[in-house]
Amino acid sequence: MHALVKHLRRALLTLFLGGLLGATFLRFSPGWGTDERDLDPRLSSESRKAARAEYDSERNVLLYYLRYLKQALTGDLGVSRSFNRPVAELLRERLPETARSLAFGAAVGMLTGLALAIANAYAGWRLLDLSASLLGGLSLSIPAGLVALLCFWLRAPVSWAIALAVFPHIYRYAAQILKGAYDAGHVLAARAGGQSEPRILAAHVLLPSAPELLALAAVAVTVAFGAAVPIEVICDSPGIGQLAWKAALARDLPLLVGITLLITVMTVTATTLADLATKGGRA
Amino acid sequence: MTPGMTPRMTKSQKAAAAMFLLLALVSLTGIGGDRASLQNREAIAAPPSVQFPLGTDDLGRDRLARLMEGTRVSILLAPAAALLSTLLAAAIGGAAGYIGGRIDRIVVTVADLFLSLPWLLLLLAVRALLPLNTSPMASVMLTFLLLGCLGWANPGRMLRAAARTAAGSDYVLHARASGIGGWRLFWRMVVPNLFPILLAQFWIAVPIYVLSEANLGLLGLGVSEPLSSLGSLLRELTNYASLSRNPVALAPVAVLVTIASCLHLLVNKEQTRSC
Repeated sequence: MHALVKHLRRALLTLFLGGLLGATFLRFSPGWGTDERDLDPRLSSESRKAARAEYDSERNVLLYYLRYLKQALTGDLGVSRSFNRPVAELLRERLPETARSLAFGAAVGMLTGLALAIANAYAGWRLLDLSASLLGGLSLSIPAGLVALLCFWLRAPVSWAIALAVFPHIYRYAAQILKGAYDAGHVLAARAGGQSEPRILAAHVLLPSAPELLALAAVAVTVAFGAAVPIEVICDSPGIGQLAWKAALARDLPLLVGITLLITVMTVTATTLADLATKGGRA
Repeated sequence: MTPGMTPRMTKSQKAAAAMFLLLALVSLTGIGGDRASLQNREAIAAPPSVQFPLGTDDLGRDRLARLMEGTRVSILLAPAAALLSTLLAAAIGGAAGYIGGRIDRIVVTVADLFLSLPWLLLLLAVRALLPLNTSPMASVMLTFLLLGCLGWANPGRMLRAAARTAAGSDYVLHARASGIGGWRLFWRMVVPNLFPILLAQFWIAVPIYVLSEANLGLLGLGVSEPLSSLGSLLRELTNYASLSRNPVALAPVAVLVTIASCLHLLVNKEQTRSC
C-alpha cells in the first residue's frame, strides 16, 4: 500500500512537472510568439498586432500553466487556436483512433518480440537467432516514418507499422533478459538435477523473469507513442499523432500542451503499472 | 573488460566498421560540393545518366550530390549531438551518482521526467516553432543541438548507476583512506571507470539521432532547403508516382539503413565491452 501511494505521488509529480516542462520548452523556443500572419502582406498592421496579442496570455509560462491546470481539472483544456475548437473535444475525437492502433500495434509488437525471444532462448537454433536478429536489426535501422511509408504503399493498417516499430525493441530487451536468466546458477543446477527443458523454461527461466518481461509493456507503450507521430502523419490516420503534427505546424500552444499532457499521462500510467507489476512480482 | 585486454571485433563488426568508414570518407571528401543545390533546368526529374548517376529531382538538382551532402550532414552532426548528450549525461549523472543524497534523488526524478515526456512530439513542436526566417544552416544546427540536449536522460541514469557503484567500491574506499578526496577522487578514480559506458552510450546515441533526424525530415521539419540531409531526401519518397518512375530515388534509404545498421552492429560490441 505504501509503495502504491509512493508510486502514485511520484507519477503525479512527474505529470505536473512534465506538463510544465513541456509548456516551458515550447514557450521559450526561438520562434514562439510569431506566426505566418506576420508575413501576410494582405493584413494591416492592426491585424498583425491583434494576431501577436493572442500570445499575451501565454507570456508568463508558470501563470499560464497553473491557470491551464486549474481549468483542466474541470475538463476545460482551452481552445485550439488553429482549429478554433475546444482542445478536449479534439482530443476526444482523435483519441479512439490512436488508442486502437496503439493497443493493437503495441500488443502485436510485444507478443511477437517475446515469442521470438522465448523460442530463440529455448531452442537455440542459429537460423532462428540469425533471422530474428536480422529482422530486429533492420527494423531498428529504419525510421518509423519509412516503416509507415512502406505500410502506406502496401495498404497495410497503421497498427502494423506501429507493431513493426515496437517489435525490435522488445525482442532485443527480452532476449537479453532471457539470456541472463538461462545463464543463472539455478538453471545449471536444475539441468544437473535432470529436469526437462520445458520445465526449466517455465519454472526457472520464465517465472523468475516474468516481472522484467512484464515491465517491457512500458517500453512497448513508450516506443509506440514515439512512432505514432510520424506513422499517423505519413499514413494520414486521423489520430493524436497527426493532430500533434498539425498543431506543431500551426504553432498552437494550447493544443500542443494538451497533447503533451495526454501522452505524458499515458506514458506515466504505463510506466507506473509496469513498475508496480515488477515490484509485485518480485515480492 | 580486463585492463590491458585488446577488445576483439567479430567479422561482421569489422565489416560494419569498414563500411561505415567508407561511407564517411566518401561523403566527407566533398564530392558533390556546390552542385547539391544547383538547379539544372534542362534536366528536370532526369533518369540516371553519366552526368547524373542517380538522376535529378523535380527541381533538376543532382541526386548523387545531394545524397553526398545529406550523408555528410548526418554523419558529422549526429555524432556531435551524441557527444553533447553523452557529456551532459556524464556531468549530470556521473556527478549525481558520486555526490549521492538529495542531489542524486533530484537528478533521478528529473531524468525520469525527461524519459516520460514525448520528446519526438516536443522536438517536432520546437522545430516547427523556429522563426520563419531561420537560415538552413541554423536550422540544421538547432535540430541536432535539440537532439543532443534532449537525449541525456537515458545515458545519464546509466552513468549515475555506474558512478554510484564506483563511489562505493573498495578502490575508492582505499583512495579515500589514503587521503584523496573530493573532486580529485572523482576525476582520478570514478571518471576513468565511466569511460567504457560513456563510449557505449555515445555509440548507442548516434544511430538514434540519425534516425530521429530522418523522421523529422520525412515530416518536413528536419533540415531546411536548399541544404539536404538523409531525412530531407526521404521526403521525395512520399511522391509515389515519381518514385515508380525513378526507383533510384530509394538510394537515400539504402544509405540510411546501411549507416544505422553499421552503427547498431558496432553498438552491440561497445555494449558488450562496457559490461
